[in-house]
Amino acid sequence: MTTASEPLLQIRDLNIEFFNGDTCETAVEHAFLDLYPGETLALVGESGSGKSVTAQSILQLLPRAHSRCSGSIQFAGENLLDIDTGTLRRIRGDRISMIFQEPMTSLNPLHSVQKQIGEVLALHRGLSGSAAEQRIIELLQLVGIQDASKRLNAFPHELSGGQRQRVMIAMALANEPEILIADEPTTALDVTVQRQILALLHELQQKLGMSILLISHDLNLVRHNAHRVAVMQQGKIVETDTTDNIFSSPKHPYTRMLINAEPSGFPVAPSDSSETLLQGENLRIWFPIKRGVLQRTVDHVKAVNDISFSLQQGETLGIVGESGSGKSTLGLALLRLQSSKGAIYFHDQPLHQLSQKALRPFRREMQIVFQDPFGSLSPRMTIADIIGEGLEVHGMQDEQQREQLIIKALEEVGLEPETRHRYPHEFSGGQRQRIAIARVMVLKPKLVILDEPTSALDRTVQSQIIDLLRNLQAHHNLSYIFISHDLAVVRAMSHRIMVMRNGTVVEEGSREQIFENPRHEYTQALLEAAF
Amino acid sequence: MAGLITLNPLNQRRWESFCHNRRAFWSLWIFLFLFLLTLIAEVVANDKPLLVKYDNQFYFPFLYNYPETTFGGDFELETDYRQEYARELIEPHGWMFWPPIRYSYDTINYKRVAPAPPSGENWLGTDDQGRDVLARVIYGFRISVLFGLTLTLFSSLIGVTAGAFQGYYGGKIDLFGQRFIDIWSGLPVLYLLIILSSFVEPGFWWLLGIMMLFSWMALVDVVRAEFLRGRNLEYVRAARALGMNNSRVMFRHILPNAMVATLTFMPFILTGAITTLTSLDFLGFGLPAGSPSLGELIAQGKANLHAPWLGITAFVTLSVMLTLLVFIGEGARDAMDPRK
Repeated sequence: MTTASEPLLQIRDLNIEFFNGDTCETAVEHAFLDLYPGETLALVGESGSGKSVTAQSILQLLPRAHSRCSGSIQFAGENLLDIDTGTLRRIRGDRISMIFQEPMTSLNPLHSVQKQIGEVLALHRGLSGSAAEQRIIELLQLVGIQDASKRLNAFPHELSGGQRQRVMIAMALANEPEILIADEPTTALDVTVQRQILALLHELQQKLGMSILLISHDLNLVRHNAHRVAVMQQGKIVETDTTDNIFSSPKHPYTRMLINAEPSGFPVAPSDSSETLLQGENLRIWFPIKRGVLQRTVDHVKAVNDISFSLQQGETLGIVGESGSGKSTLGLALLRLQSSKGAIYFHDQPLHQLSQKALRPFRREMQIVFQDPFGSLSPRMTIADIIGEGLEVHGMQDEQQREQLIIKALEEVGLEPETRHRYPHEFSGGQRQRIAIARVMVLKPKLVILDEPTSALDRTVQSQIIDLLRNLQAHHNLSYIFISHDLAVVRAMSHRIMVMRNGTVVEEGSREQIFENPRHEYTQALLEAAF
Repeated sequence: MAGLITLNPLNQRRWESFCHNRRAFWSLWIFLFLFLLTLIAEVVANDKPLLVKYDNQFYFPFLYNYPETTFGGDFELETDYRQEYARELIEPHGWMFWPPIRYSYDTINYKRVAPAPPSGENWLGTDDQGRDVLARVIYGFRISVLFGLTLTLFSSLIGVTAGAFQGYYGGKIDLFGQRFIDIWSGLPVLYLLIILSSFVEPGFWWLLGIMMLFSWMALVDVVRAEFLRGRNLEYVRAARALGMNNSRVMFRHILPNAMVATLTFMPFILTGAITTLTSLDFLGFGLPAGSPSLGELIAQGKANLHAPWLGITAFVTLSVMLTLLVFIGEGARDAMDPRK
């Protein structure tokens, strides 16, 4: 790191405002940032803190009609906020490049890998034909794509998430930029892939000597990958320091809160007289792959393959796995929301034999909370309607009584009862997740399946939700099946843990066994990547 | 649909956005005014007085039939108030209060040579059978709009239901439903209508029924697509996990999404229905002879080129009505647009 030299990029008193009609919202206020050559500067903050907006303003990618920037962004002796679009275009993708969060949508689905990367080269270097091809293969090899020359004609859908992100990086690096802006480059990826991508970025930085502006909400990742850290809160940069200093002696209370937000604590010990609540035997969910004119089944995608388990009253079973491991599908199958083979017993009652209609009375006792707090609440219903609907369906017609229970449920999840007349869009992500939990709790269930209930939330909100879930469990002697890819959260919640990969369970054991003494190498890799 | 009546914030915003579109806003009010005016056509254009005072007693001829004997006449027949004879009977003993237009859609003005040009007596002239054009336009407007509205309502009901079932259950129901619609929509509707109307005497309800056989398909595709998408939304899954039955999930949770697409399409279905009815009437396969219909007025205009007031009136009426409806439809569509 060369802190002594001149900064490459200087952001001075940057203000960004968004306006829509008459309303005006300040997204960034008085931001000061310096990026030195060869360093990685991390910009951290919770969602809505303005970190992505700051990054996008550097390349002037914000919608001009709806935003206003003031202040200055000095790069190579010029203020990026003042220069004309032609000069700006020469800088974009050549001297300053950007990697976006979503590898699934940031590549054009209709262009092959060669065309995507070739476009950047043609624009700034005027390379074409075999010279370009040579360079593209070189770049693909640089970002660690195997058989690069065979991959040239691959389309984005033929690549995995990690490979797509590598292609994005190859595009960004095509012209050896001085600055790489990486906006949450690994958030959409699995932990093991995350690690590879970050290692790759680090290696490329060494090789090419560029500066990286890393935007992330994940402090764990920042700690291992950044030289300096700037913390943003509600549009203001509250603290900037070296990574070591930030983590060892944070000065601003907000930074301290962020660092301490790592989920911690232990799950509540279940009561001793536990009986088995839910049992699954040889559960199997196979999706047929059909081919040919007659649509014959040629093979199956084995989403869940021969899984057996049992769950005690008052216990939490954590199911861990990366995307595509079949953990969510398993959760849906347990509630018979997804057809499956095999046996499911709830209180020794064989659920797998019941019709959907005969199953309805059981639904009250087994509930599910979904991942996306924005998608799981109907936008057209008030909070009271949302929470009360389950009661209504299960035969409680008396409105007064229902209202009482709704108020109680809202209080239980820590929301004001007055909020029941409002609509979901008026609430933040964490509050919405509380509403989703209230909707479930009002039915007094015995089993709740939590399908990534905290993944869409900021760390600080996550720990609040985890505390809430643990309290509810202790109060009502609930059983949870906790599905997550986030090992830190699973550790804070589960008594027993199942590690899933490609539809099968690779390891199962108590919390202590899995975290302190993992036996399977996949579990070990997951743990290593996460902590 | 309770949400539409209490106007939740979303619908409030839509209503504001609709009002913001001045063209649609004024079109809606003008259309509503015209529609309400024609709904009470009997009070606006009638060949019977609204109120008669005779011997200190009040009579309501536009509502009830009174024989001539009531007013001291000779016969037990219904009084023809337009006759000099009736006036001579009533006016010495009281008065008559007439609607602004003293013709109903089938009143024939024998005093003038048909077709008579516009005058103080017949504001828009008479047609080739001596009937007042303005009265016929008023009644024709009403029947067209009512026909359109009824057809739109019923075909939307059927279309939404069919689309909802296909989209929600998917699989074989969807497959067979879609193929059936493919075949059904390939049938030549106009010819079928013409053939069918030669078997039965096509009244208002017959025509409605026949046209409904084909018009319900317009909405199926949009609604089906919304349901296909909607059944995998998380809050729909959550609703199923709460133990709701299928019909409740469909109508409480997915239908509101589909309603946006439906409401957007409705004004255009309405204009389509009115146009179809008009063209059938024009061809002479529509409403029974003598009914006030805009299509028949166009046909008369074509047959009587020397009486341009017929064609011009029909043209202006139809284009104003359809333009208003299209403007309203545009406004509704833009107001429902989630991207705004």
